[in-house]
Amino acid sequence: MDIIIGGILLGGTYVLMALGLQLQYGVARIMNLANGEILVAGAFGAFWFYSGFQVNPFLAIMVIIPLAFILNWGIYRYLLAPLVRRAKSRGQLEVDSILATFGLSFILVGLMLAVFGGDYFSYAYLESAVIILEQPYGLDRIAAFCASAALCIVLILWLNHTRSGLALRAVAVNPAAASLVAIKVSRTSALAFAIGGAVTASGGALLSMFLTFDASIGVIFTLKALIIVILGGVGEIRGTIAAAFMLGLAETAVASLIDPGLTLAAAYLLFVVILLVRPQGLFGGRT
Amino acid sequence: MNGADKRNFALAALTFVIAALLPLFDTGYWLALGVSLAMYAVLATSWALFSGPTHYISLATAAFFGIGMYVVGAGIEMLPFPVLVLIAAAAGAVLALLVGLTTMRISGVYFVIFTLGLAELIRQVVTWVQTTMGSSSGLYVLTEITESMIYWQLMVLLAAVYLVGWRINRSRLGLALRVIGNDETVAAHVGINTAKAKVILFVISGTVASVTGALLAPRWTYVEPTIAFSPMISFQVVIMALLGGSHRLWGPLCGVIPFMLAWELISAQFPNQTTLLLGVAFLSIVYLIPNGVVGLLETHMKRRRPGNG
Repeated sequence: MDIIIGGILLGGTYVLMALGLQLQYGVARIMNLANGEILVAGAFGAFWFYSGFQVNPFLAIMVIIPLAFILNWGIYRYLLAPLVRRAKSRGQLEVDSILATFGLSFILVGLMLAVFGGDYFSYAYLESAVIILEQPYGLDRIAAFCASAALCIVLILWLNHTRSGLALRAVAVNPAAASLVAIKVSRTSALAFAIGGAVTASGGALLSMFLTFDASIGVIFTLKALIIVILGGVGEIRGTIAAAFMLGLAETAVASLIDPGLTLAAAYLLFVVILLVRPQGLFGGRT
Repeated sequence: MNGADKRNFALAALTFVIAALLPLFDTGYWLALGVSLAMYAVLATSWALFSGPTHYISLATAAFFGIGMYVVGAGIEMLPFPVLVLIAAAAGAVLALLVGLTTMRISGVYFVIFTLGLAELIRQVVTWVQTTMGSSSGLYVLTEITESMIYWQLMVLLAAVYLVGWRINRSRLGLALRVIGNDETVAAHVGINTAKAKVILFVISGTVASVTGALLAPRWTYVEPTIAFSPMISFQVVIMALLGGSHRLWGPLCGVIPFMLAWELISAQFPNQTTLLLGVAFLSIVYLIPNGVVGLLETHMKRRRPGNG
């Protein structure tokens, strides 16, 4: 039972980073390998606000989201848009964007190492225990889960019930057709990329409440987010959420039943099974 | 083989012989640098054998390299070194076959993601096995093999890689790969078994990386998961091959030499900023020289001889 609840709590915080990557890959067509570094930057942001100014992480997120939005918009506008224009085909863009974001991830890691150093960071916030079904759980985890759920609901409402959300979904389905109905594809892609980055960074800020992190841990989260996105199916919001919970459960189960050092191996096993059985993802249509 | 081929062949052989003489002149710093150069030349060239024509970016070099190194580390006290190298080659081939069979039938992005984490995955499993088996986390590799011998072994491997690459380029397989690289749908329509061609090349590439790891194990004397499966190896291999230009057999070599020399200088000057600098190098290659040094040379040659286009 504690595995299930622990897994759901962990999965809930994974949802945000996976949705961020989903927006960037599904809409802007950029496989962003620097996603994990944006997440770690969000975590450092929360840490810095908390330890420097005693600002609690929930308020810090209000600052981190617009900052991450601007940063990611700039990344798309100045680094990735030239690649989109240069690319002759979708495949070419994929290769170029993978290499560029890969380089970007190194730069971000390097910058964070230079600013914060190579130590491990964590801080104590809301460190009391809550008893659910006779098992104690950290209040910080539960608070992070609730905040994550709230942000997700806002994001989904925005995607489904506003004009700009509709434009985003249209570009995700077919960029060429979207431009025929007067949607500015380049601007919408930039918007999706920026929002994706902001969502990822907020996920990082929430994760930092209960997770120890260092400057070079981002690649692990990039992998997890990628696995979740593929598990759920590219462009599938519901699938992403379900897959995030699945990963959270699988990791918690392996960590408590076998060995905490094998969580990534568990995620990988899930990934391989999906690739072999349903390459379009659990909820994906035919590609 | 026509006249130009014979001349190129003789030139390549001569260069090899001259390069192989290095340990006779210096066995200190320059030999150490030479071993690193040879190691990355082998890894980058074998990487480009697969990734050059197919445009599949493999980040699994460290996984194969580490496997090779671990095979030697685990068996050095039981079996002679040459046998271990063969076992390492077989292990690399089997791993590459498994990875290839699971990922090659689907989009290239999945492949990148999978290989990105493969080294990390194997590292976790190896560490877990070692700690649960009760031994320490590292292995000692104590042999009589000197650095000069490692260098010569690597040079032989490099020559073999070049011969294999040259053979592949003129075979049906090489043509098939170029068609796949240009348009995979077309390739499938003209009757090329795309998955099979890609898997074969990936297996060759993985085997070579494994053997490289096995040959280098005696250099480290103490093998540990974080050293053997260091993701930096994969990243550097990709960056060097791209810098040189992965669409020509001799392209990666043109990237390995300048990159290693520059890297030696830079990492000595700024030891704490290597990650940042690696990122900058990555971005500048993608944006400024997308076809690598070889691509630059080729456009330059074309401009000088417009008639040959």
